[in-house]
Amino acid sequence: MACFLVPATEAVITTVITIATKKKESKESDKTVSVSMPDGTVEERKKIKFSTKLGWLNAMLWGGSALLAFEHLWHGEISPFFPFLTAVKTGEVADMLKEMGSAGVTMAVLVTAVWGVMLIISHVLENKAAKEDTAKQEG
Amino acid sequence: MTLLITVFAAIICTLIWYKNLPNNELRLGFLSLMFWGASLMWSVDAVFEYIELGAEFFTPEPMDMLNDAFLGISVVALGLIIWLVYLFIKDPRGVIKAKLLQKK
Repeated sequence: MACFLVPATEAVITTVITIATKKKESKESDKTVSVSMPDGTVEERKKIKFSTKLGWLNAMLWGGSALLAFEHLWHGEISPFFPFLTAVKTGEVADMLKEMGSAGVTMAVLVTAVWGVMLIISHVLENKAAKEDTAKQEG
Repeated sequence: MTLLITVFAAIICTLIWYKNLPNNELRLGFLSLMFWGASLMWSVDAVFEYIELGAEFFTPEPMDMLNDAFLGISVVALGLIIWLVYLFIKDPRGVIKAKLLQKK
């Protein structure tokens, strides 16, 4: 009905947070980490900024919401004309809100949880690279 | 079918993105994340539908399957168009900007 509106709303919030984080980060200096390349050389790489990581979440939320909105348009659940939502036109607002509260919220939580896993993996990889660099310098 | 087609699109894009690393000129990461986001959302839809329909969920009518496949392909096309627009706006190689600002 309109479940994509929940992740779309989250996308608006995370985009605002990303813009604020970018502004804050522009005042700070870049953190670097040494990375061992497959050919044996070591390169200095900038640590991934948190705003970039928030960008991953934004891409998933905006992209997913846009494609789901298209699917809803395909099935006639939304229309390009006021009131835009077919459920509002047919008086099924309660059902629509119920679906947004169940499927919509689950969608937003799942995408955010997957992003959380991506954050953990990138954090582990960055720490691993830093530890390898320290071990090489000591050895 | 829509979910399956989107998942395959996400997997293919992720593989191409990984193969081209560290070169990210084509911003394929954005395209992959967009398809993964949609796949995750449709998987939630699929779970809710399965809870409602049970085993019937796995035996859709041929016409429904065809319509869903048509929708899936259209979704992939729309995703590619969004990515193209994003790529041209970001213009990582600066070629569009250079072309637009070309001196006479």
